[in-house]
Amino acid sequence: MAKSHKPVVWFPFAAGGTVIAFFIPVIVLLTSMAALGHVPDGLTYERMHAFAGSALGKLVIISVVALSLWSSAHRLRCTCFDFGLRADKAVATVLYLAAVAGSVAAAVYLLRI
Amino acid sequence: MSRRPLVRVCPPTTWYFRQPRYLRYMSREITSIFVGAYCVLLVVALQRLAAGQAAWEGFLLALQSPLSIVFHLLALVAAVYHAATWFNATQKAMPVQIGEDFLPGNVISGAHYVAWVVLSCVVLFLAGVF
Repeated sequence: MAKSHKPVVWFPFAAGGTVIAFFIPVIVLLTSMAALGHVPDGLTYERMHAFAGSALGKLVIISVVALSLWSSAHRLRCTCFDFGLRADKAVATVLYLAAVAGSVAAAVYLLRI
Repeated sequence: MSRRPLVRVCPPTTWYFRQPRYLRYMSREITSIFVGAYCVLLVVALQRLAAGQAAWEGFLLALQSPLSIVFHLLALVAAVYHAATWFNATQKAMPVQIGEDFLPGNVISGAHYVAWVVLSCVVLFLAGVF
């Protein structure tokens, strides 16, 4: 019986890294278009609301947001350590709590749509 | 006789200037700051979407501020760099063995790049860009 909590942290990190690599660039591209004044049809209120209102849409959105948040938190923790911030336990606690809080908030907002 | 083992000095905040490959590693680490900030933006976007049509349209308008445009350009570069380095690493992280031989690393990374382009085009199509 493995007695390490590492897989629990590591699995969503690896899954999140994959999700970030495949999907975050194109999502950033979409909101960049909106930032430059060319809002894509898919980002209008009707289309976004319909997408986030469907069960499949909710599942896709919460997967992307929660996994990306967790992966970013883990990478930021490593980044802090590499830049010389050696209070790893405090950094890890703050970042992981932030990732969990963000995921819960995202789930609550999705359920309201 | 006192034993004095060698203790290698490792400056905790400047160690990565020693070697170009450490600098490349750190340049990838820095992208996590932008990706993390962008994830927070996604949560804010969901909050605005749940708050109704006026809130969502206000959010889209707020995206057009100069600060947001600069952030988006930086986040776009960071996200693409993060993705490319991730795909380049796949050939080391999951080598594929066929019989005695290993599949060439470029094939593994190349397949990821192809999948990346296809998935991105699908998302752009679903979002009504083309």
